[in-house]
Amino acid sequence: MSEQAAIEPFSDPESAPDLRRSWSERRALRSVILTAGAWVMAVIASVPLFSVLYMLIVQGGSRLSLDLLTELPPAGFELGGGFGNAIAGTLVMVAIAAVISIPIGILAATYLAELNPDSRLAATSRFLAKVLTGFPSILAGVFVYAIIVLAMGTYSALAGGVSLAVLMLPTVVLTAEEAMKTVPRRMKDAALGMGCTRTQMIWKIVLPTALPGILTGVILGVARVAGESAPLLFTALFSNYWLTSLREPTASLSILIYNFSSMPFDNQIELAWAASLVLVLIVLVFNICSRVLGRSRI
Amino acid sequence: MAANAFENAAPPGAITHPPSLNEYLTDRGFRFLAVCGASLIILLVAYILWKIGGQALPAIYNYHLGFLTSTNWNVSEQKFGILPETWGTLYSSLLALLIGGFFGLTVAIFLTQDFLPPKIALVFRTIIDMLAAIPSVVFGLWGIFVVIPAIRPIANWLNDTVGWIPFFSTSLSGPGLMPAALVLAIMILPTVAAISQDALHLVPYRTKEAAYGMGTTRWEAILKVMVPTAAGGIASAMVLGFGRALGETMALAMLIGNSNQISLSLFAPAQTLASLLASHFPEAGQIEVQALMYAALVLLAITLVVNMMGTAILSITQRRLSGRS
Repeated sequence: MSEQAAIEPFSDPESAPDLRRSWSERRALRSVILTAGAWVMAVIASVPLFSVLYMLIVQGGSRLSLDLLTELPPAGFELGGGFGNAIAGTLVMVAIAAVISIPIGILAATYLAELNPDSRLAATSRFLAKVLTGFPSILAGVFVYAIIVLAMGTYSALAGGVSLAVLMLPTVVLTAEEAMKTVPRRMKDAALGMGCTRTQMIWKIVLPTALPGILTGVILGVARVAGESAPLLFTALFSNYWLTSLREPTASLSILIYNFSSMPFDNQIELAWAASLVLVLIVLVFNICSRVLGRSRI
Repeated sequence: MAANAFENAAPPGAITHPPSLNEYLTDRGFRFLAVCGASLIILLVAYILWKIGGQALPAIYNYHLGFLTSTNWNVSEQKFGILPETWGTLYSSLLALLIGGFFGLTVAIFLTQDFLPPKIALVFRTIIDMLAAIPSVVFGLWGIFVVIPAIRPIANWLNDTVGWIPFFSTSLSGPGLMPAALVLAIMILPTVAAISQDALHLVPYRTKEAAYGMGTTRWEAILKVMVPTAAGGIASAMVLGFGRALGETMALAMLIGNSNQISLSLFAPAQTLASLLASHFPEAGQIEVQALMYAALVLLAITLVVNMMGTAILSITQRRLSGRS
């Protein structure tokens, strides 16, 4: 075996063993082949993203104009039209979700991170929050249908917002908890040593210090729910008109894409692509914001 | 009261002072609210279970467990069963896990085992993470106009030449299981890749150095040392990816063809529990809504079990690994 020959003592550098593996050795060859395979697979794995972006820009970009943002969705054979009401609906429902889930999420996170991290309540709560991140979004819709739509007797923006809040809550809780845990122990101890109550310590030390991290989580949560459609299917439904009240069916970009994608009219398909482009832009902007914030923290 | 025990602890004129009664009460109040917040998550999960279970109760009472094994979904005769949907859910998710899991793990290895300079690896990781940000409906739309036309010739060729294999026994006329599973694989890839990367990062670098010191090649070190050491985390990545695939709705509703049948063929249209809910719920009458609630309950049970398993494996292995290194 070649390895054994290499162990023999040598005196001058000329006869030093060659530690480089030769390509003809089967193990080395296999390593090279696997490396090549990994490169190929990694490249293949990044193809879908570029393909999606390419289609969005080519198909959606061609229809992009200001009319899209101000006009209402067209009916069957109509040409033109836009989806201003859907953009407004999406923003309103995401805002409702944020208003509900952010305060609750941050309160829960302070408990999990600061007040009693090792208690059984905290452990259970943390575990269930993690489980909820993988909760099928359509079930949030089913749940809100059962508690709000049936009670109110109508589909509404309010119900849509609540179903999005259910999905946003675990993201906010878990990222805010992580952010608060990065606040150094000595800062908290100093505050407590000055006679702060725990609440004062949290409000004056922990929250301001962890703010960028918490914001990252909040924005990530917003980005996650802005693109959701399954929970809105039967909570907010859809509407062809502008939003006038929170208690009526409301349009959203994602449902518009879903509805239009199965229509046989070219105009609607084009609008679906344009709406996808707008939706992806909204989601990506939020995502990039959260990344930038997250990076500046370190 | 405890708040006033240290009333005179600080000398007069000191910048520090013990909490006043007001501050004490605020503290208690805030702590109470925080406890409420944490409990609310538990209550929410319990309430979801109770509410969906409660809505499904009439259907459970009417159809019993036969609901799970019946293949009918007939509104006019009020006969409901979800065997084809359960089959479609598991079949499409397993296929997606097979493809997405394989790619996800390879990407995770590629990004953590020094194949790329750290800066380029970060860019690449961001690209993969961005996949997770693309909304499900957009993937659905992309699947309809890109994936289906792209794989249709291959699918039909496979059906023509080796159609006797049950997996290829039908042609792909449009929506079907394979395009749905492919898109699903792309959607779970970021989840699998991200959790696997974290698991591989947790393995101490000196473990790998030790393997190199023993004279292994790079891939021997990866496959025989790094991956087995991170196996727990990778397993949970797979389980959580599977859980994500089970509950994914919109892309599937758009791509799988919503056809109530059980077929081994990869190119036949099928139906999943989530897509059943998405396509039937908006127009359902009262009786059908009850049956759909039953279906939702089954989906909820499956995903909760899978996600709890994944989360539990993850936290156990993380605790063990971080405790050791």
